[in-house]
Formats: sequence, structure tokens, C-alpha cells
Amino acid sequence: MAGAHQSGLTAPSAWDEFGQGAFAILPAAVAVVPFALLLGALAAQKGLSPLEVGLMSSLVFAGSSQMVSVDIWRDPAPWVLLGLTTLTINLRHVMMGASLSLHLGGFRPWQRLLGVAFMADEIWALAERRAAMGRLHPAYYAGLAGLLYFSFLAWSVIGAIIGPAIKNPEAWGFDFAFTAIFLGLIVGFWRGGGTAVVMGASAIAAVVTQSQLGGVWHVIAGGIAGMLAATLLSLWREEPHA
Amino acid sequence: MKLDPANLAAIIAMALATYATRVSGLWLLRFVRVTPRMQAALDALPVAILTAVIAPSLMKGGPADMLAAAVTLVAAARLPLLAVVIVGVSSAVALRHLIG
Repeated sequence: MAGAHQSGLTAPSAWDEFGQGAFAILPAAVAVVPFALLLGALAAQKGLSPLEVGLMSSLVFAGSSQMVSVDIWRDPAPWVLLGLTTLTINLRHVMMGASLSLHLGGFRPWQRLLGVAFMADEIWALAERRAAMGRLHPAYYAGLAGLLYFSFLAWSVIGAIIGPAIKNPEAWGFDFAFTAIFLGLIVGFWRGGGTAVVMGASAIAAVVTQSQLGGVWHVIAGGIAGMLAATLLSLWREEPHA
Repeated sequence: MKLDPANLAAIIAMALATYATRVSGLWLLRFVRVTPRMQAALDALPVAILTAVIAPSLMKGGPADMLAAAVTLVAAARLPLLAVVIVGVSSAVALRHLIG
């Protein structure tokens, strides 16, 4: 009891930390609602059941890669391609995890291994911000992760339940919803003119691959072309130009 | 409720791929020095993939869809995602009707 009393005086309790984390993520947990609803509804249009959508959201928990996967989903599911596509889209998490690993001093080993499973972009960003302001407590991270996780999971399942009620989605322009979401996400990743170069290289590679090969390998081709363009651009920027 | 084996396999593949990217960062700095070039390539990936997904369908959609995409991009620079989707979808419907 004495120990609990002392720690209560010297540092905010784990519950305080958890509450602060949940409060910090609240705007993102609300903002994710339309995205998750749409993801669930579009997945249902591709023939996925609410159970499958719930499994995907709870096990994968990576919104952009799930949206891309649902877009290229076929029956039967091309699981190798979907796994590869997810891997390439989420490769950025390797760097994000490396950066976050510098701030996980207060985490036990199992807390690190479990915590990174929830490292969605918004959670990572807020955890980094907390670490920059002081110390990142595991309970604060749990507050960040918990609220966004359950909001995303619940609303994507609800989307999958009401999605099939929408008949003839093309007539409503719902097929363009994917394009609009992806354009919105691209703007979120915008880093100046270099991003436009990456987009150009990727678009050309994707259109050529699609017309020559068909199928959905254009996603991988575009990813590789975009990476090459970014590498060349960074080489060119390193060179001194007179 | 339906749980298709191929769908389950795909979901598990996606889950493993995602966790692999998230957990490997914990050890990365012990083994690899990340060069600015590697960083630039990895930073480019999300945009490259998202572009690759939509480019062929925009080409197929013709001028109406391309115009709608331009409108959507302008909207995305200043509006939240839900508003972007509403603007994008309604401009696609209107432009397809007008241009065909």
C-alpha cells in the first residue's frame, strides 16, 4: 500500500496515462468512422462477409493497405498477391518502427511486441509526439491504440453489414469512391514536387503493365517504379549542381 | 456466417505481412544503417502504390474520370476525407453524364 501511495504522488497513474492517450486519439477515432464504413461496404460489394471484414480489420489493422487489397480482391482471393501488396504498402512501417523503438525504454519486451501490432499511422504519430514532449508510457500507448482499434473494427463491420443494401453502386458513382479515397490519402503523404514525380513514374508503369499483362500486377510494378524514381531523385539532389 | 478458406488465407497473409513490417523496425537499427536513399525509396512507396492502383482505371474511365480526379485532388488539398469522397463521387457522376 505504501508503495502504491508513493507512486501515486510521484507520477501520474497508469489510468491517467491511458485516459490521456484515449483523449489524444479521439479526433482520429471519429475521423476514421466514414473511412471504416466505406471500407466495410466496398468489401461487402466484393463478396466479403461481415465476419471476414471483422477478421481483416482486427488482424491487419492497416487502413490504406486494406482499402487497396479490397479494391484488387477477386474470387478466389489471390492471397499471394494480396500479401505482397500489403507488404509493399506497409514497408514504411519498418522505418516508423525503427524510429519508435528509440522511445520504448519504458516498455517490457512483450509490451513492445504487442504494441507494434497496433502501430497504425495515427497511433505512431501521436506516440512520437508524446515521446518528444517527455516520456512515452505503455498505458498512454494502450489508450491511443485501444480506442482507434475498436472504432475502426466496429465501423468496418457495420459497413460490411449495410453495404450489400446498396444496389447498383456504379449508378451512384460509388466505384469512384476508391479513387477519391486514394487521391485523398495521396495528398496526406504529399512531400512537394518529388511526390508528383513518384506519381508519374508509378502511373506510367502501372498503365503499361496493366495493358500488357492484365491482372493486378500493375500494383507491384507501380510500387517499384515509384521507388526507383524516388531513389534517382534523391541521388540527383545529392549531386552538387553548378 | 461465411468464412471462405481463400479469403481467410488472404487475410492471414495480409496480417503476417503487416506485422512483419511493424515488428522488424524494433531491430532494424541494430543491423542496418539506413541511408537517405533507402529512406527516400521507402517514403515513396505508399504514394506509388496508391497511384498504381487507380491509374489504369482512370485511363479506362476516360476524360470524365480524369477530370473528376483533378477535381478530387483539389478538394483533397483542403477538405477532410469524407468531404473529398462526396465531392469526388458527385463530380464523377456529373461529368460522366455530361461527357459520357
